[in-house]
Amino acid sequence: MIEHLIPILAGTLGAAVPLIFAGLGELVTERTGVINLGVEGMMLVGAIAGFAAAAETGHGAAIGLPAGALAGAATAMIFAFFALSLAANQAACGLALTIFGIGLSAFIGQHYISYSLPGLKPIAIPLLSDIPVLGPILFKQDWVVYLSFLAFAGVAWTLTKTRLGLLLKAIGESPESAHSIGYPVISIRFGAVAFGGAMAGIAGAYLSTVYTPLWVQNMSAGRGWIAVALVVFASWKPARLMLGAYLFGAVTILQFHAQGLGIMVPVQFLAALPYVATIVVLVIISRDRRVLQNNLPASLGKPFLP
Amino acid sequence: MHLLEPRPHPSRVMRWTAPLIAVVATLLAGSFLFWALGKPVLDSFQVFFVQPLESSYGWSELLIKACPLILIAQGLAVGFKARIYNIGAEGQLIVGALAGGGVAIAMEGSDAGWIVPAMVVAGAIGGALWGAIPALLKTRFNAEETLTTLMLSYVASLILSYMVNGPWRDPEGMNFPQSIMFSDGALFSILLEGSRVNTSIWITVFAVLAFWIFNAKSFLHFQIEVGGLAPAASHYAGFSAKQTVWFCLLTSGMTAGIAGVGEIAGPVGQLNLNISPGYGFAAIIVAYLGRLHALGIVLAGFLMALIYLGGEAAQVGLQMPAAITGIFQGMLLFFLLGSDVFIDNRLRRMA
Repeated sequence: MIEHLIPILAGTLGAAVPLIFAGLGELVTERTGVINLGVEGMMLVGAIAGFAAAAETGHGAAIGLPAGALAGAATAMIFAFFALSLAANQAACGLALTIFGIGLSAFIGQHYISYSLPGLKPIAIPLLSDIPVLGPILFKQDWVVYLSFLAFAGVAWTLTKTRLGLLLKAIGESPESAHSIGYPVISIRFGAVAFGGAMAGIAGAYLSTVYTPLWVQNMSAGRGWIAVALVVFASWKPARLMLGAYLFGAVTILQFHAQGLGIMVPVQFLAALPYVATIVVLVIISRDRRVLQNNLPASLGKPFLP
Repeated sequence: MHLLEPRPHPSRVMRWTAPLIAVVATLLAGSFLFWALGKPVLDSFQVFFVQPLESSYGWSELLIKACPLILIAQGLAVGFKARIYNIGAEGQLIVGALAGGGVAIAMEGSDAGWIVPAMVVAGAIGGALWGAIPALLKTRFNAEETLTTLMLSYVASLILSYMVNGPWRDPEGMNFPQSIMFSDGALFSILLEGSRVNTSIWITVFAVLAFWIFNAKSFLHFQIEVGGLAPAASHYAGFSAKQTVWFCLLTSGMTAGIAGVGEIAGPVGQLNLNISPGYGFAAIIVAYLGRLHALGIVLAGFLMALIYLGGEAAQVGLQMPAAITGIFQGMLLFFLLGSDVFIDNRLRRMA
């Protein structure tokens, strides 16, 4: 049993990476009171930008991920202009960004349909990777998986232990108060949206340069939306977001191991599991309004004009 | 000091000029895009927006694409007024098509006159069923319909993929993921000789009239609008919020499901993985661009259909991926939302 379980758990960590990056980015954005439903679009633009950069330079994920981050942040700025500068409806602007991102990535991706990339080799961390069971699961991964641990630590630390974190949360609770004591609310929210875009871009670039690694139209397949759902599930707390991402990583990876485990179900039904699981998770978290409103940034989604 | 300040009263003029401003802005941004891609701007416009309408065949294709968009948007608009954001019409379309397609496949070879009406009814029920799930989850468990409807779209397309790869795959289709081609008895009859326009357009015409009258005359619509604009007042008046959720999601599911049957029993003629080029998502833009008004939606539907046709024309005439349609759709929605800000706000006057 354990020899089946190790590859599944090890694969779970990789499958969770896009959800971790996209989810942490959206979590920070939402903590400042801005809901950006364009994660799916930013992820796809990041995926094609990362793929194109990796394919053109031959440097793989090392150049693909930064390129994806830049592209994700740049597309996020379109959202920020409409949703923050003009204070247009945030939810609808996010939807527009997703539609735009799907179109733009497919448009650019047309040139890269037959390319493929080498992907990344796992890096075994000396000593740690020799620990039985835990070693091969945690410490024989590609470097982006390790980066995802760092991203979590960085976001969690910033939100709980720094002045910046306090400021971000204060703006999410009451942009009016933050504005009246002199903080540039719109600029800081621009920064948070850019951060969310960069993280979604990294998530997309991971898919196209490491996880798959090739470009397929619409390849994020709803992961951006699942990341948005995970932020709600996590009640805006980074640690719970990680838990959710690993849960979904496991559900995603299960379809590749189902046959080996003797589960004979049509592949489409297994592929549907993450979406069904998202619905189940939303139902569980929404059932009790008090749980849902715990930690909900008070100004989330509300337009703010100073 | 911000550039905008609230207007004392929302502007009625801006409400109806905003879509025009959005269209003009989209065209300007589109020219920039063509220019940036090194295409001749005027010629590109000619190919994208004029050429598709230079032949009567082009107009018939416009009608074919506009009808499902208008039909779906009519259903969505009712919900949007009540702030019920069903963004999964694509999934409801697919389940409607599956239900209607099931009837067609079961009755293969028959040309009984009741088959197409039965497909439409099955499609309506299928779409409504797919809308009923988020309605139940919202009324019973308070789960947001935006994410649940969208997740169910992914599930629907996987069910479609399973059916056309498995039980309903055409045994003589060389393993392509598609069903048998439907026999004439399971297709809408062609209305205009030499085109693909078929009798399903009467369904859209009927729906436009029905929604127009419903929006203008019915008390239920009044309840829905109050519920959207002033939930507290609506509650005080004793209107049931749950009833509104059910009504909106079943209605929009039904219209999307019927639109799905219109595709498979019309231009597509079978079940396959490409039964909808994203009509369910584009219809969201159509509903808002048409100001959630039954007749406004008709105009917006034709404009969106032109963007689809233009994308296809650009593929042939400009060697551009048809995905440019999605770029135009996204820009249009952005500019519309940006223009809508000026309904309630205006530029701050300098003292």
